[in-house]
Amino acid sequence: MITKEQVEHIGWLARVNIDEEDAFEFASELSTVLDYFGQLDGVDTSDVKPTYHVADVMNVFREDEPTGSLEQDSILANAEEIQDGYIRTPKII
Amino acid sequence: MVYENPDGVMIGLEIHVQLNKLATKLFCGCSTDYHTSEPNTHVCPVCMGLPGCLPVLNKRAVEYAIRIGLALNCEIVEQTQFHRKNYYYPDLPKGFQTTQYDYPIVSDGRVVIEGEDGEHVVRIRRAHMEEDPGRLMHMGSIDRSRGTLIDYNRSGMALIEIVSEPDMRSPREARRFLDKLRNILEYLDVFDSTLEGSMRVDANISIGGGDRTEVKNISSHKGAERALLYEIMRQKNIKRRGEEVVMETRHFDEARGVTISMRTKEEEHDYRYFPEPDLVPMRVGSWVDGILETLPELPDARRSRFISDYGMVDTHAKALTSVIRVADFYEEVASQVDPAAAAVWVSDVLKGELNYRDLTIASFTVEDMVKIIELVVSGKITEKGAVEIIRSILDEGGSPMDIVKEKGLLKVEGDVVDQAVEEVLKENPEALEDYFAGKEKSLNFLVGQVMKKTRGRADARSVREMMLEEIDKNYR
Repeated sequence: MITKEQVEHIGWLARVNIDEEDAFEFASELSTVLDYFGQLDGVDTSDVKPTYHVADVMNVFREDEPTGSLEQDSILANAEEIQDGYIRTPKII
Repeated sequence: MVYENPDGVMIGLEIHVQLNKLATKLFCGCSTDYHTSEPNTHVCPVCMGLPGCLPVLNKRAVEYAIRIGLALNCEIVEQTQFHRKNYYYPDLPKGFQTTQYDYPIVSDGRVVIEGEDGEHVVRIRRAHMEEDPGRLMHMGSIDRSRGTLIDYNRSGMALIEIVSEPDMRSPREARRFLDKLRNILEYLDVFDSTLEGSMRVDANISIGGGDRTEVKNISSHKGAERALLYEIMRQKNIKRRGEEVVMETRHFDEARGVTISMRTKEEEHDYRYFPEPDLVPMRVGSWVDGILETLPELPDARRSRFISDYGMVDTHAKALTSVIRVADFYEEVASQVDPAAAAVWVSDVLKGELNYRDLTIASFTVEDMVKIIELVVSGKITEKGAVEIIRSILDEGGSPMDIVKEKGLLKVEGDVVDQAVEEVLKENPEALEDYFAGKEKSLNFLVGQVMKKTRGRADARSVREMMLEEIDKNYR
């Protein structure tokens, strides 16, 4: 069972504000989701090879050759605040 | 002698090494050559985690990681993959860092350092690949910041995070480990330590079996030693008051030389690691033999070779091989002059003068060193004169021959010295009498007078001999 405190903690990790009422609702909904995974846990997989990736592909690499970057203007275009070519945010520690 | 470690100090280090010798970042083709560029000019959709972008792994970065693992005597993993480490912080605009989790590319290695009581083994727990976050600049000091500026040029650079076991027993051992590690990495030609932020250190430290603290934001090897000395003092004071050290992360304030509590507690599972779906697993075990073959000579091997090839003593071999550029410098000099003389002049004299001025070997040329050694060996200048030339080049510049002429350093011989000896003996009858009365020291005084007259350009030992001869001949 997911508690309201756990929901608030998850919200904090993602920097999303969750109000009191929603927290209760999400707690019950997330508990249902977890229950489904609980069912999966019950399946015996001792004979199954682990899946590392859904695509059955390995060793995809690129050579160490520069292919260019975006213009500074494009990088800064989505920023709320900019200063001297930097993205500016409120104080963060 | 066995080091007792009176305070029960245990230090483990986590070192982030930027593979800045690569031409491109870890997962995209952005150039790594950003150090003198405007902020946010070496950034692409992959660096920013824009929707629809696809990271592709830099093959050479994997080869470098394996090269490092082999040099640190590690096991190389057969198959591995990347994970997402989720955290919400603006140094990575994607909301997660692409890193390795349960299968680091290399693990279980060891490095031998000069410990408090001789050779000391520091075990390497693991080293894994990950991307560097962007650079945050706090406006004002970290605890009184007014805002933050972000540059994503660094974001996505290939890093190797090397994690040691807590095997270091003093801040000095920690520093020696860092020096040795940097030297090995430079021999491997995977990074340039002179670039800003190329090697960043977090240190875990505990005393007397208590809880450990983690010190972050250490930017130099000297800084690591200072931060750890401060932490030992702080933890001892806490214990002296009968309190317990709290497990926490602390920030090293280099300017003030203190560590400050960060008061955050993100537990490991908060990162919600899961396999990165945009990158496929890799199987690299078969690369190891090929990479092993191309591994360059490492510091310890070069040190042994210097002893056997050039017949130098171990202290010289160690001093000359502890920085690759010094070792290269020495071998170039040694190929042109007597290697034994070169060992003394480079390791004892030149290195000393460079250290004193906080300069590196880049401040001196092979050509000048060769010239100076030739002048000494052929007897044209005195050893004292040679030191003077080295100092002069470092302080004011110029070429050895110009300095020799300008300062009149050519050794004076024969008649001039003869004459000086005669004059000194005539001018100092009291000293001569003292000498006859058994005062050996007055001979030194007389030799000194000759050196003064010849402005240090005579060879003191031969002046002494000439002086004794002259006394025997004309004063007995």
